[in-house]
Amino acid sequence: MNQNIMQDDSALGIEKSIEGRRAIRFNKIEDDSLSLDIPNNLLRKTKPYLPQLSELDAVRHFTRLSRRSFSLDTHFYPLGSCTMKYNPKINEDISMFEGFANLHPLAMDSCAQGTLEMLYDAEKILCEICGMDAMTLQPAAGAHSEFTGALVAKAYFEKKGESQRTEIIVPDSAHGTNPATAVMLGFKTVNIKSTSDGQIDLEALKAAISDKTAILMLTVPNTLGIFEFNIEEITRIAHEAGALVYMDGANFNALMGIIKPGKFGIDIMHLNMHKTFSTPHGGGGPGAGSIGVNKLLEEFLPYPRVIKENNEFKIKTDYPNSIGKIKAYFGNVGVLLKAYAYLLMHSKETLGETARNAIINANYLLKKLKKNYPAYCEDYCMHECVLTPSKELTSNKVKTLDIGKRLLDYGFHAPTVYFPLIVHEAIMIEPTETESKETMDLFVEAMEKIFEEGKTNPEIVKAAPHSLSVKRLDEVAAARKPNIKWDISDTAKQLGSATETKKEECAK
Amino acid sequence: MFISNTKKQQDEMLKEIGVSSFEELIKKIPAKYLNSDFNISEKPLTEVEAHRKFSELSAKNQKVLNFVGAGAYERYTPSAVKHIAERGEFLTAYTPYQAEASQGLLQTIYEYQSQICALFDMEVSNASVYDGASALGEAVRACARITSKKKILYPKSLNPQYLTTLKTYFGNSSEYTFEAIEHSGGKIDIASLKNKLDENTACVIAQSPNFFGTLEDMREISDLAHEKGALFTAVTDPMSLALVNPPGSYNADFAVAEGQSLGLPLNYGGPYLGIFTCKKAHIRQMPGRLVSMTTDTEGKRGFVLTLQAREQHIRRDKAASNICSNEALCALMATIYMTLLGPEGMKEAAEANAFNTRYALKELLAIDGITLKFDNPFFNEFVVDFPNHPCELRKKIIKEDGIDIGLPLKKLYPDMENSLLVCATETKTKEDIDKLTAALRRNL
Repeated sequence: MNQNIMQDDSALGIEKSIEGRRAIRFNKIEDDSLSLDIPNNLLRKTKPYLPQLSELDAVRHFTRLSRRSFSLDTHFYPLGSCTMKYNPKINEDISMFEGFANLHPLAMDSCAQGTLEMLYDAEKILCEICGMDAMTLQPAAGAHSEFTGALVAKAYFEKKGESQRTEIIVPDSAHGTNPATAVMLGFKTVNIKSTSDGQIDLEALKAAISDKTAILMLTVPNTLGIFEFNIEEITRIAHEAGALVYMDGANFNALMGIIKPGKFGIDIMHLNMHKTFSTPHGGGGPGAGSIGVNKLLEEFLPYPRVIKENNEFKIKTDYPNSIGKIKAYFGNVGVLLKAYAYLLMHSKETLGETARNAIINANYLLKKLKKNYPAYCEDYCMHECVLTPSKELTSNKVKTLDIGKRLLDYGFHAPTVYFPLIVHEAIMIEPTETESKETMDLFVEAMEKIFEEGKTNPEIVKAAPHSLSVKRLDEVAAARKPNIKWDISDTAKQLGSATETKKEECAK
Repeated sequence: MFISNTKKQQDEMLKEIGVSSFEELIKKIPAKYLNSDFNISEKPLTEVEAHRKFSELSAKNQKVLNFVGAGAYERYTPSAVKHIAERGEFLTAYTPYQAEASQGLLQTIYEYQSQICALFDMEVSNASVYDGASALGEAVRACARITSKKKILYPKSLNPQYLTTLKTYFGNSSEYTFEAIEHSGGKIDIASLKNKLDENTACVIAQSPNFFGTLEDMREISDLAHEKGALFTAVTDPMSLALVNPPGSYNADFAVAEGQSLGLPLNYGGPYLGIFTCKKAHIRQMPGRLVSMTTDTEGKRGFVLTLQAREQHIRRDKAASNICSNEALCALMATIYMTLLGPEGMKEAAEANAFNTRYALKELLAIDGITLKFDNPFFNEFVVDFPNHPCELRKKIIKEDGIDIGLPLKKLYPDMENSLLVCATETKTKEDIDKLTAALRRNL
């Protein structure tokens, strides 16, 4: 076997495999009268092609892989729209307490009082913070919440006898999940333009809205990081037309503790626990969502729901007008526990302080950067700002993508790039409240260096990153001919005969 | 809490921004919306108080010796799985959109896809979706898109939680029809399937092991579906696949499963892991993220997200699904689990499930009044009948002995009012099962 395989950081687990090597073992109950009485035609005939490693091999393999990824614990992550705030470590510990982790989803209510109390109380706190009347914590993520919310609206209109409402109005600055959700439920999306300062164009809204409109879907603050200043007028127009107003709460970190969306006429909103309430993103999930609604819509929320009767918490499933279940069991309870811990570690005052500092940090970066990276909007921003590369850079063909990649060399994760779609070459920056001024100053310094490089030595920016384990990757080749899993013949080819691992008969 | 900047720094920054106070930054927001009152605790918990609060809360959940499965299985999570998945580098990373800075994470997803494909004997696995039920919803939606047909056949022996989720996934729309295939003796009634199956069928769903624990003859069902031009979607349990024939061997178009079975904690239902696999021919109708191996500009091996043109952030209203996140951390846990166990460990774990359950069945049937409901091949779960409705018995034995004897089926299947679904995983010992049978004996 190639001696370097164990040290090669991009070698696959299967390439490190040695026939017969083992880690975890299991015993079964020994009883002579028992046999594996499964008919031969139902039995597996070949062993699955999985790695054979020792525990040390496996631990070292994955630990080395972990060191080849940026993360919030190791790097500043100014990803706009993603709210990459610090994830308190206490939340990890408490969510793994045995009482929570070992609880079966079909356990009797009497065995689940602690978890049910948490769910019940978390719903109440979130209702307070959002100014909504009722809440469900079932959705697994933001997009899953949108789906749930839109389905609630659909059920509401059907009951009202207004099934002709088949359109969802979405601003052109919206997250991609918004139109994708609408279509999944058979709604037609109607896009409306934003004004040059990133606001919803009231005239365009009036022209688009009709008795066919079911939902106006907004993000507040919008994806340009600007509050919707005409929100009162916007919700009035929607309500007068008989439509519901849905708020994508992806950017709620800017409002928490300062403004309650229920106050300005939001009928349905969702929250992302993995953004606002600090649960870790885990490399792309699990997140957790939630839907808050006003009184009129409560009966349509998904079941099961947690109720409190005689000081006991119970799961209730009998809701005749409910949209049904959106997940097999309750929701991402393990994630909700972390969000609940975050909530209990805050008061009204400190939640507001969080939003205020998120806004101060974003405006600080906006102010420091906009000279060489012009802002898309003139206004002060909320929790994030959208910038663009200046002429000096674009005239040298330095693109936003290149700036993002070059930042990786300077030890910063790239901002969100090319979103929102309405901004050409968008650079979307959200520092969050947990980052310090010193970190942000270093980030500004890196952005200034990249600006200078882009003017005088653009090639170094365009070919970035230079310092990571790989250079730019060929995405086109991957899409044309995806290699999405290891293959016995490939591995055998690469490793020669030393790891002869043919599909062999299962030992009986 | 968790804010880095001191008050002094905040003031310096406001000055640098060019405002005299924070309020100036939000002065265009209508004043009447600001500082709206709300009622939550005035006193935030400190870390030590939070730790105590959650210790107390977790102690309010009663610890039981658990014999309930029904789609979520008590598994032992190896320590190495926990320790690696807790590493901040994995835990606190974002979706690997910046491939060069996420090679480790992308490689773990590639290894996840590879191992799932190996276990399922399928050509394609995505990076995972929310859970088994939503994976089924996404698969059946894909079948409807591919065939442009609207009729979906599901078996009555399908996990009832999946069925309700599936219907919600179609927006409770009357455009689609869902028809039930009857079961006879706990397995799909082939006559009923033949009777319902026609040229308008988009998809036939079958689950094995099914909700009653029975191993179905998936080959026969799959062949019947294909004969009528329908697609076949299999629902399975990944742990069972170390022993029983995988979906690829019976020509499944889509195969989905609850990945919690691969060493994840029960967590009262989530976060879990939606395993989603399909044939290569359907790859462009597949929802969710997918990682491909590729090379960098110097020819070095690397990994990227691929075929993103299916996804919402590119295609918006033309996307295959609205799904944005996957359950990456859960997928990572499953990846480490399968790596640690390897082919032999997986087989051993599956056999432990099979034998422990067989021991439980043998001991239960030795008790007067308990009879076997369905005499079918099974993996790690079975249904037995009691002389009476076992719900009160369940309550009593939980209270007196701290043993959850299994899931009474009456609520889900009104015609099975005396039936109990019982499961014994690799976490159970002979002594545990002897405690269960002793408690039942005392109460029958």
